Amino acid sequence: MKKIFITLGLLIIILGIVLVTLGNRTYDDSKLEKLKYKKSDKAKTSVDHSKFPILQKKFNSPSEVTLACLSCHNGRAQEVMRSNHWNWEEPVYIKGRGIVYLGKKNAINNFCLGTEGSELACAKCHVGLGMESSETFDFRDSSKIDCMVCHDNSETYAKGKEMGGAPDPNLDLNEIAQHIGKPKRTNCGVCHFFGGGGNNVKHGDLEKAMFEPNRNIDVHMAVEGMNMSCVDCHETKNHNIGGRLYSLASDNLNRIYCENCHENTPHNEDILNKHTLTVACQTCHIPVYAKVNATKTYWDWSTAAKLKDGKPYEEFDEEGNHTYLSTKGSFKWGKNLKPDYVWFNGTANHYLLGDKIQDTTKPLVLNQLYGSYSDRRSKIVPVKSMYSNQYFDPYYKNILIPKLYSKEKGVGALWQDFDVNKAIEVGMYEKGLPYSGKYSYIETKMYWNVNHMVSPKEQSVKCIECHTRNDSRLKDLKDFYMPGRDYNKFVESAGIGVIFLSFVLVLIHGGTRIISSRKSKNKEIK
Amino acid sequence: MKEKIYIYKAFERFWHWMQSLLIFFLAATGFEIHGMYSFFGYQNAVTYHNFAAYSFIILIIFAIFWHFSTGEWRQYIPTTKFLKAQLNYYLFGIFRNEPHPTKKTVLSKLNPLQKLTYLGLKILVIPTMVISGLLYMNYRYPHEGNIEGLNIDSVEVIAIFHTAGAFLLMAFVIVHLYLITTGETITSNLKAMITGYEEIEKQEDPNKEINSNNIEGELTK
Repeated sequence: MKKIFITLGLLIIILGIVLVTLGNRTYDDSKLEKLKYKKSDKAKTSVDHSKFPILQKKFNSPSEVTLACLSCHNGRAQEVMRSNHWNWEEPVYIKGRGIVYLGKKNAINNFCLGTEGSELACAKCHVGLGMESSETFDFRDSSKIDCMVCHDNSETYAKGKEMGGAPDPNLDLNEIAQHIGKPKRTNCGVCHFFGGGGNNVKHGDLEKAMFEPNRNIDVHMAVEGMNMSCVDCHETKNHNIGGRLYSLASDNLNRIYCENCHENTPHNEDILNKHTLTVACQTCHIPVYAKVNATKTYWDWSTAAKLKDGKPYEEFDEEGNHTYLSTKGSFKWGKNLKPDYVWFNGTANHYLLGDKIQDTTKPLVLNQLYGSYSDRRSKIVPVKSMYSNQYFDPYYKNILIPKLYSKEKGVGALWQDFDVNKAIEVGMYEKGLPYSGKYSYIETKMYWNVNHMVSPKEQSVKCIECHTRNDSRLKDLKDFYMPGRDYNKFVESAGIGVIFLSFVLVLIHGGTRIISSRKSKNKEIK
Repeated sequence: MKEKIYIYKAFERFWHWMQSLLIFFLAATGFEIHGMYSFFGYQNAVTYHNFAAYSFIILIIFAIFWHFSTGEWRQYIPTTKFLKAQLNYYLFGIFRNEPHPTKKTVLSKLNPLQKLTYLGLKILVIPTMVISGLLYMNYRYPHEGNIEGLNIDSVEVIAIFHTAGAFLLMAFVIVHLYLITTGETITSNLKAMITGYEEIEKQEDPNKEINSNNIEGELTK
């Protein structure tokens, strides 16, 4: 008996040790505390711009403000003029194409289709002081840089409507120039929250609710929490702002990652840390996007240019989102959306203006994201899939871009004249591209990464939402075996078959035994 | 005339019941991980399953030690003698109330069919489960910047072996549970595994010559 007790005792001790080592490892919570401390320690500017005499002189034009800035901050103009915010294009490497200059200037999307020809409207989000056309704008003139749109801390700066990015003429430029500082959320948000022509139209995870979000909307920017600003993550050096969006960026450079602050293995549980090799943080930590206001999910250009009594009109849904605009066509919106998921290694291909479309039966993907399970650099990332029905030349087999906006009627701009064929003709002519004279429509798809609106950890995606046979969040990613979702059909049916067979045999055998024993008892009685 | 013999030693019983508990628990959590139903919650199922798996491995290590230190491993040396008789018994004799063709003794407590089945479990199914399970828990996800040779590209093959083994074990458990009732009386096998003692008809064991002599001979060597 003694031996048994010793054995049992040993077993219990060993089990205990295993339990301690395999159970929750003690995690250094101070890491997150340190990070919070570091990020809450916000630098204050050391100078008071309102005391500088040069900023007290009366400014007659916004360019004078820029020149005043540059008289002290010499060298900064060159930095800005190297940036995408200024150039609206950058050289990128695309596999199979080589180096391509890509940016807002020439890119095609499936919202307002493209900026070219419509700069007076679109360049409201250019860091210049007025761009009528990207063809004629002097990208080497530093006095045209708009310092204020990013650095105004008085919250009074505003760009004029359809002025190509020039400021509203009624602004008090001295007030703004004297209250200059690090970009705030409002500086970035005024453009980035309204991309696509309205609040949250484009991104889904960037919208006006992010000016002052609560913790449920975004843990980092929550007013009652860390209250971080955009540039706290999008760290900027010499006007080179960290982070790029793969709807435009094709190579894997200058991107920012959650891991930059949170490290590769931030969880208590090993099993979660293992996931970080193949699953991006955002995939679990952004369970839904468009949490407050809806985002556009479908845009049908084929219904555009209809008029009622010769006049353009608009229609709304119950929440006040446009469902129809004569200028743009019809839309579908979505709120609290679950993202789609794709493998992504940081590189992408882009449909460029003039590219021939080989397969017109499937939706054309405007920004093909590269990646797969077998690609070591790929991770699963969440995306918003944007679908459109847009103009297409059935003869030349390419996407058509109409001229959308013009100051005056009669030039052929769609939004002024409502003649689709004419608008396309003018639009394509301005780009120096052929147009067959006939247009039809093609379904297009675009991926928009979902990186913001990080939820509190309690709301992150649960294991079972992916590891399930019914409607897994990752049901479209079929190039790997995932426990809980996948099984081998043969093993499954053979296995269940063997179990079933064993049951049946046991029942038959047992039943026969009962019957035969009764019979033999009866015999004995007889 | 019946006599009580001490057939299952304390460690053996402890091992058996621990193992049965662990197998049931591993099945319950494992089939949840496999996506067949939902009870513990997926993350809990994974945590519990992994914990039970390591406990099982420790138990197996102890059991191996016990088998070799006591010489009990010889119980599992397969034999074809009386295999047919045993098969005949389960297929026909049992219904005619015939006696068991082989008798349990301390030195030979397994019938030839049991020897074969348990040996199969011990050298095929359990090792498959342990190895595929350890790989399942600890395999290296493919990722960049590491020694490629150590990466396992897909968990699929591992998972297939592991689930196939699990189905086999389940089938074994069903049949095993039923066969408990085929002892001298319906409960005598169960009682024996609980108390260690089994009442056995005292009579000259026809196998004694063959089985125990052999083993005794081996042991005395």
